[in-house]
Amino acid sequence: MATQFTLINSTAVGSTPVSSVTFNSIPSTYTDLLVKMSVSTNASGTASANGTNINFNGVTTNRLYRRLEGNGSSVSSDTNANIPIGTVNASSSNYFSNQEIYIPNYNSSYYKSTIVQSVVEYNSPTATQDLVSGLWSSTAAITSLTIYPDAGSFIQYSTFYLYGIKNS
Amino acid sequence: MADVIEINCETGITTTRPQTAEEIAAAEAAAAQAEADKAAADAAEKAKADAKASAIAKLTALGLTADEVAALTA
Repeated sequence: MATQFTLINSTAVGSTPVSSVTFNSIPSTYTDLLVKMSVSTNASGTASANGTNINFNGVTTNRLYRRLEGNGSSVSSDTNANIPIGTVNASSSNYFSNQEIYIPNYNSSYYKSTIVQSVVEYNSPTATQDLVSGLWSSTAAITSLTIYPDAGSFIQYSTFYLYGIKNS
Repeated sequence: MADVIEINCETGITTTRPQTAEEIAAAEAAAAQAEADKAAADAAEKAKADAKASAIAKLTALGLTADEVAALTA
């Protein structure tokens, strides 16, 4: 059971939009990693049409996810070669999506699983909630992670926090 | 033009710099792929909904009541 959460680093987007956020040189001194973020983008379209993604060590291969998504009126599920974090509202800067990704045993020599949950409420008849299980089929320790949107760029006031978690 | 944020967790130094041409191309390719994936998912969902509507219409034509159809399709 994890007993200690430590903020490794954080950042917030300023007035210039940002196409990706990368945490490099992640220390190997923790057991698990946790990313918490609040994001919106300048892409056009609705929440369900735009999402955020993550890759590890700059590698975009050998990724797979299973996603369950609900929007208040219907549910769907899908799978693909990627690790999405969640959807973002892209039609207005008023609405931010709150997202969280947990990465257990990021230093291990086993494949890396991820647990993702995200929500976005955009003052409409529907909102979007995602629950995603992800897998990066790599035995390499995770030393960096990059978060990026499907389309457009993260806008001002988007925030990103990376925590390290120790099990003792 | 968008920036890129890189945070070195060892030093705590945050670097903000413009995207390179390579990064712009990669982002555009990823966006195109995401759009294609979404279109495919939407088409699959629509096909499923259309099939369900067709099935309900056929069941109704066979004489099932709305409650009976709902019991079968819920």
